[in-house]
Amino acid sequence: MFEIFSILADFITYSLFGLAPASAAGKAVHFFIEDVTKIFFLLFSIIFIIGFFRSMLSPERVRRAVAGRPRAVSYPLAVGLGAVTPFCSCSSVPLFIGFLEAGIPLGVTMAFLIASPMINEVAVAVLAATLGWKVAAFYVGAGLVVGILGGLLIEALKLEKWVEEYVWKIRMGEVALPAPDSSFRARLAYAKGQVKEIAGRIWPYVLVGIGIGAVLHGYVPQDFLTRHAGASNPFAVPLAVLAGIPIYANATGVIPIAEALIDKQVPIGTVLALMMSVAAISLPEMIILRKVLKPQLIATFTGLLFVAFISVGYLFNFALG
Amino acid sequence: MQHFKVLGSGCKSCVNTAEMISKKAAELDIEAEVEKVTDMAEIMSFGVMSTPGVVLNGKVVHAGGMPSPEQVEQWCRQG
Repeated sequence: MFEIFSILADFITYSLFGLAPASAAGKAVHFFIEDVTKIFFLLFSIIFIIGFFRSMLSPERVRRAVAGRPRAVSYPLAVGLGAVTPFCSCSSVPLFIGFLEAGIPLGVTMAFLIASPMINEVAVAVLAATLGWKVAAFYVGAGLVVGILGGLLIEALKLEKWVEEYVWKIRMGEVALPAPDSSFRARLAYAKGQVKEIAGRIWPYVLVGIGIGAVLHGYVPQDFLTRHAGASNPFAVPLAVLAGIPIYANATGVIPIAEALIDKQVPIGTVLALMMSVAAISLPEMIILRKVLKPQLIATFTGLLFVAFISVGYLFNFALG
Repeated sequence: MQHFKVLGSGCKSCVNTAEMISKKAAELDIEAEVEKVTDMAEIMSFGVMSTPGVVLNGKVVHAGGMPSPEQVEQWCRQG
């Protein structure tokens, strides 16, 4: 289905630019053109299609759906809805307060916040198109499990004391959102608006990710990566997670890098660990959450994710290696 | 006189939304006051979790993301 992008890249790279398929530049340029056309095509179409159908879904509705449910329901529901609900990271703070105010446990709220940046429909579609459904399923499965376990652990440790006091005092007003217009025209307009807003926000990350992937693909020799990031280096997984922390990117932006690494035989667990770390642990997100969480909880949260992603990496490397 | 409140913690979309409303009102030659609300307790008191949100004359008319120019024009003319 996606061969067309490969054929297009063949034509531009080899015929138009006259680059040799085996040369480093030829490989890099081919990778870049194929991924830019394919990923941006997917990006626009997926955001549009999903936007059309989910114009009804909002954090306010998720809050209502999750509040008051038993844990066996609220945890899976929170991570599942966290994956498909659109919200910008600047809404994390009101969302966090709103969830707690509705009586949703801290653990469930944190599970929502862990899962939502990692898993989203665009990342899953791009992942499936570039690396196959199996890798996409591993990524989603691992992300959901990390979200649920992370939330359960935060709940078990009773970390409510590390939430800023003022948070508990805020009372939320009656949610009186205007009823969404569900006519065909309004959905169409909403879907278009979503494409503009989401694509407008993440395109630089995606483009940079593709650029790095292209350089890796064309210029970095395979034995260099095998030596440093291969199965023989037991520290490759923790190093991958560490490397992902300062990198702030969108989950979709890191996929081309993952693609290039897997192509160079870097073990899948190591690559998954890097992807999750890039998407879920980021300094700007922590700074935003600092408004509602005390430093101790931020540190616990980061440490917990760090350990979780390393475990995911080793587990997949061990099971599939 | 239309009284707008733009709810948001100061992120880019919130600033853009406030600017968009002011510009549109000026364009239509409608008197409007645009106030930016950044206090979390006040934002939440409107029952809004996804920012930016828009309050028109005390009533929430929008939440989550930038509104469309058509919506803003409709609000300006409302009342």
